[in-house]
Amino acid sequence: MQKRRERVDRGINVRSGDVFALCSWREMLYLAGPRVLPVIAILLLPLALGIYWQKVLLSVAVFALLAISWDLLAQTGMISLGQALFFGMGAYVTGILNHYWGLPPLLTIPVAAILGGLICTALLLPVLRLRGIYFSMVTLILPLMLVRLIEATRIFGGTEGLTGMTPLPSRWLEIYVIVGAMLAALFGFRRLLGTDYGLVLKGIRDNDRSVINAGINIYWYKTQALLIASTVGAFAGAFMTHVYMFVGMPVFALDYSILPIAAAVVGGPGSLAGATLGAFLLVPLSEVLRGVGGLRIVFYGVFLVVFIVALPEGIFHFVQRKYNQFERWVEVDS
Amino acid sequence: MLLGTIVYAFVNSIILALMAIGFNLTFGISGVANFAYGALYIFSAYATWMGLNLVGMPYPVAAAVSILLTMLAGALMYRFILLRVRGQALSEVIATFGIGLAILEIFRYLGFVGFEYNLPVFVDDSVVLAGVFIDVQRLLIVIIGSVVILGLWWFTHHTRLGLAFRGIAQDERTALTLGIDSDRIALLSVSLGAGLAALAATVIIPLGSIAPGDGYEVLIKALAVCIIGGLGSTGGTIVASFVIGFAERFTDTYISSHWTMIVSLAAILVVLTLKPSGLFGKQKELEERI
Repeated sequence: MQKRRERVDRGINVRSGDVFALCSWREMLYLAGPRVLPVIAILLLPLALGIYWQKVLLSVAVFALLAISWDLLAQTGMISLGQALFFGMGAYVTGILNHYWGLPPLLTIPVAAILGGLICTALLLPVLRLRGIYFSMVTLILPLMLVRLIEATRIFGGTEGLTGMTPLPSRWLEIYVIVGAMLAALFGFRRLLGTDYGLVLKGIRDNDRSVINAGINIYWYKTQALLIASTVGAFAGAFMTHVYMFVGMPVFALDYSILPIAAAVVGGPGSLAGATLGAFLLVPLSEVLRGVGGLRIVFYGVFLVVFIVALPEGIFHFVQRKYNQFERWVEVDS
Repeated sequence: MLLGTIVYAFVNSIILALMAIGFNLTFGISGVANFAYGALYIFSAYATWMGLNLVGMPYPVAAAVSILLTMLAGALMYRFILLRVRGQALSEVIATFGIGLAILEIFRYLGFVGFEYNLPVFVDDSVVLAGVFIDVQRLLIVIIGSVVILGLWWFTHHTRLGLAFRGIAQDERTALTLGIDSDRIALLSVSLGAGLAALAATVIIPLGSIAPGDGYEVLIKALAVCIIGGLGSTGGTIVASFVIGFAERFTDTYISSHWTMIVSLAAILVVLTLKPSGLFGKQKELEERI
């Protein structure tokens, strides 16, 4: 007798799917639990942590932002292998504004986010027509090339970088700005992707030619998605520059490209919450593994392979499925 | 000066072609993305080094063993990892890139860095060629490189297996209807590509020392040559390696060595932007851009 596994939505999932959810506390909690509890936890977390782990939380938030920006691009059908481009561009713009003109961080960070985003979009504009793996290769190469350019021309401090950036006023402001930005990006873009606008973006990923057939200019939409994603990335870079009080060639390093991808792949590609979850797992893990030095990157590599092969849907989708559905074995009708 | 630059640029071009040929076979001709290529190149170099210095095998035996080991590694990687994500180009790229990352960084972590990690040259001698000093190793590279390139062209155009390689890249389903077992062919292409990487490493590494970081560079160079030449075109690979090889050597001599890498990266960007199928590629134009 052959059996197969059947997945059925939980009753509470179905009941809380419409307005009647408001009739009972249980259904409301079921809906709000996975959304509100993590937010409260994240907001309270900095109070409970020491200075060292606050810095870890800070880089978790930064990598979560990069992973969100990666996932946003991926959902529009553009797989980037070079998030470091966005990160580095934001970092250098804010570095230049602060170092040469002495503008305060309050001004440089937003300006660098927008300006960096615009520059990255302009750089990638000529290759928007490329699809799939060819777009990925361009994004892989651009940050590598910018590093070499800075090295060769010795502009902006060359190999030494620019030092002596203005730090942010207090570490509490620091942590809450970045955590707030992360939450805003996570929930804001989740909502954006749920609208008709987001539907068009996902349509471009699924079948770009049929979106063209619908009379929609996909290049314009891709440009917008690119601008949003690169602004988010540039914001993360600009913010980190003021935290480290330094900007130099390491901002284009492979770390900033690989870790966000790893986070999104581990957490669950195709959902911004998954990307964030991935960052919350991987960054502290890499902190714990700091003792083993270079072996960290080996772990990233192995993680990427294991998750791509064994759990391609990612942790988030796996957990989500368990939360919303139950499974049972049923006999196969012959 | 000029003559010397030309001779060394010629050698450099053949080195590039040799580095890229295995990558071209797997990615360009049979369409299986193997971004662990640079790592396999370095892996085989270390395997030869270990065979030579730790086990004490004679040089030719160590080299042959390392080439076979690398081919085996390629085959295993395909069988246990790539096979499961086959057809999803981006998953293939991420998975193989992850493997490459793991291999290279583990060598770096284990401390295989330094000048003592090198391979001896085959023949320690140099000759004067048209007024230019050139060592025998570089001449050997030119000879072996030419043989391998011609062999590859013959292989992909005049043997059943080579035609099958091209078949699965052009249209996998049609290839299946013609009795080509695409999984077996893809496994062979990854394995053969890895073998060619090992061969290239065996011949080229004696010019310098083995460093994990070179793995990334080899991958980028192989990508550059493949993209500029056009996927699926052996002739394009040769032309592209000469374009990049000469450009690199001339920028090195006349501008500054800082700009060497920038030239090849810029070349990839320009070709990708203007003609993503490369100078001579004609496959799959709609899949590349829209």
